[in-house]
Amino acid sequence: MLRLEKRPNPSKIWGYLAPVLAVIATMIGGGVMFALLGKDPFEAIRIIFYDPLFSEFAWYYRPQLLIKGAPLILIAIGLSMGFRAGIWNIGAEGQYIIGAICGAGAALAVYPLESALIFPVMILCGAIGGFAWAMIPAILKTKFGTNEILVSLMLVYVAEQLLASMSLGLMKNPEGFGFPGSRNLQHYASAHNAELWVGSGIHLGVVFALIAVIFGYIMLARHQMGFHIRLMGESPKAARFAGVNPNKLVIYCLGFSGALAGLAGMFEVAGPSGQISIDFNVGYGFTAIIVAFLGRLNPFGIMLAGLLMALTYIGGEIAQSSLGLPSAAIQAFQGMLLFFLLALDMLTNFKIKLANAEVRT
Amino acid sequence: MDLSAISPTLLVASLMVAATPILLAAIGELVVEKSGVLNLGVEGMMIMGAISGFAAAVLTGSPMVGFLCAALGGAALSMIFAILTQYFLSNQVATGLALTLFGLGLSAMLGQSYVGIKPPVSAKLELSLISDIPVMGPILFSHDFTVYAALALVAGVWWFLKYTRGGLILRAVGESHDAAHALGYKVVRVRILAIMFGGACAGLGGAALSLVRVPQWTEGMTAGSGWIALAIVVFASWKPARVLLGAYLFGGVAVLQLNLQAAGVSIPVEYLSMSPYLITIIVLVVMSANRSKSALNAPAALGRVFHASR
Repeated sequence: MLRLEKRPNPSKIWGYLAPVLAVIATMIGGGVMFALLGKDPFEAIRIIFYDPLFSEFAWYYRPQLLIKGAPLILIAIGLSMGFRAGIWNIGAEGQYIIGAICGAGAALAVYPLESALIFPVMILCGAIGGFAWAMIPAILKTKFGTNEILVSLMLVYVAEQLLASMSLGLMKNPEGFGFPGSRNLQHYASAHNAELWVGSGIHLGVVFALIAVIFGYIMLARHQMGFHIRLMGESPKAARFAGVNPNKLVIYCLGFSGALAGLAGMFEVAGPSGQISIDFNVGYGFTAIIVAFLGRLNPFGIMLAGLLMALTYIGGEIAQSSLGLPSAAIQAFQGMLLFFLLALDMLTNFKIKLANAEVRT
Repeated sequence: MDLSAISPTLLVASLMVAATPILLAAIGELVVEKSGVLNLGVEGMMIMGAISGFAAAVLTGSPMVGFLCAALGGAALSMIFAILTQYFLSNQVATGLALTLFGLGLSAMLGQSYVGIKPPVSAKLELSLISDIPVMGPILFSHDFTVYAALALVAGVWWFLKYTRGGLILRAVGESHDAAHALGYKVVRVRILAIMFGGACAGLGGAALSLVRVPQWTEGMTAGSGWIALAIVVFASWKPARVLLGAYLFGGVAVLQLNLQAAGVSIPVEYLSMSPYLITIIVLVVMSANRSKSALNAPAALGRVFHASR
């Protein structure tokens, strides 16, 4: 009979090993799933994990890795702060949408004026939009003790309806022949979040994601706020005793993650996506939850996890066209990854011991 | 705009149908939370139930088989949650989220070939005389059997929790797993059974959506119903009768906004569609504002990991 014994301190080795093993286990589990769908599992796994990086068309896919990874990393860095402190913002998708609406709105309001000031204002508006949307659950939590999980999630659906209303009404392109969707910001020079080097995939959002990673690291390792966040997560009682104000942490963690999610939305709408449309959001806000856990809530871990998750998105798209793999399969695949990770996480906190049958009663 | 086209009788009758999926999911989650487990995967289990029930009903032509498979599908998905949280001692919030993400993906994958198909019609209560009584007839005696099944389930759960020994053990496990363990009750076993019951109920709720309420299969068709069910359990402060009240309240809002859309009110459709979610938030705020009352009722061990050291 196996027995679990709690480790006095979480194991460092397993902390690093668990995500790697989870990815391997997901490849096996995913392979079984693909085989059940009647696809060759080895080919599918090769297409998802190998082809985007090393096939003959890799020159096209590698920049995509950064384009898809940047929003995931930006959002996940913000979420990880709250997750560490036990503050669950799972409405990043909504904050992402509102950030995009505010950022694009700022540009569309002054169209067709060309000015170097427009883009910085859009960045600011995107961040403020996401921040404000996240403040709704934050203030309700601090004032009334309302559950932030449910409120932030409900606001995703509200934001989606708002997005639909914007792309069909207020922000609809007047020259769009009646099609839903706003003007394309890619054709509006002052508002276009263009690649810094053509063909590299590096746009300003990628730079911001990198800054967020470094900022997150400094915050957690060197700043008092980071210490408070970690303390609150590990022992809420000790944190309160040490004089940490829980309300301040709620406002800070939700606001920070909201602003980063808003930024991610703004960079997406001004760059790769180009316009506000009904199907603008593709679930980055939810996938970022997986990224945050896969990266162990550690900023550099999140960077690697974000790139890996971007890889599965791109690989999934290739597998969709070459193998006819359903697009939803990759979503199930990502969910499976989180399951394996959570299961293997047990090994960081517990030792497995063979229980002595005679001692057990 | 023609508000007189909205008939109050039909409104009440259709809100009962609209509320049934949420009611089923919420009463299942209530039992799970009473055992001290917070399963945030209701949305995922609901949509798995919706597709497995839909697929089974289309393949066999029998809605009953569909509902059975929906309960099995929901329970099967909940087993993943049960194993991870009870044996692998994983964080319940994170695992519940994973369950929802996985369920949404898996259901979309399974449901690809079922888009645009009409399911077999499930049986309605047709009592030639009673169903024709004005007002009372349409409200009480003309529904699909799921409406009555959900009501019976609520009554059953209420009776089980209040009057049976099993219900007492379940509540004890949810209030203090250490004390229950010390008394010799199998905490993990009780919780796994509760989680599976919750999964089966959520699955039935999903099937009520895809086979009766809509009835059709579309990707992501639950659209937050599972999360609203979670909110209703908080609203009900963990009391079965108030779950019923909460679910019918939300069913009422959902039906009313659809009626207003059809009547051509000058508010844009998108803003009307927001209303169920906004009202959920408002209700949550009102409930949490008088904290002393509602928090007292929450199971004391809710969301805490149980690890017996010996």
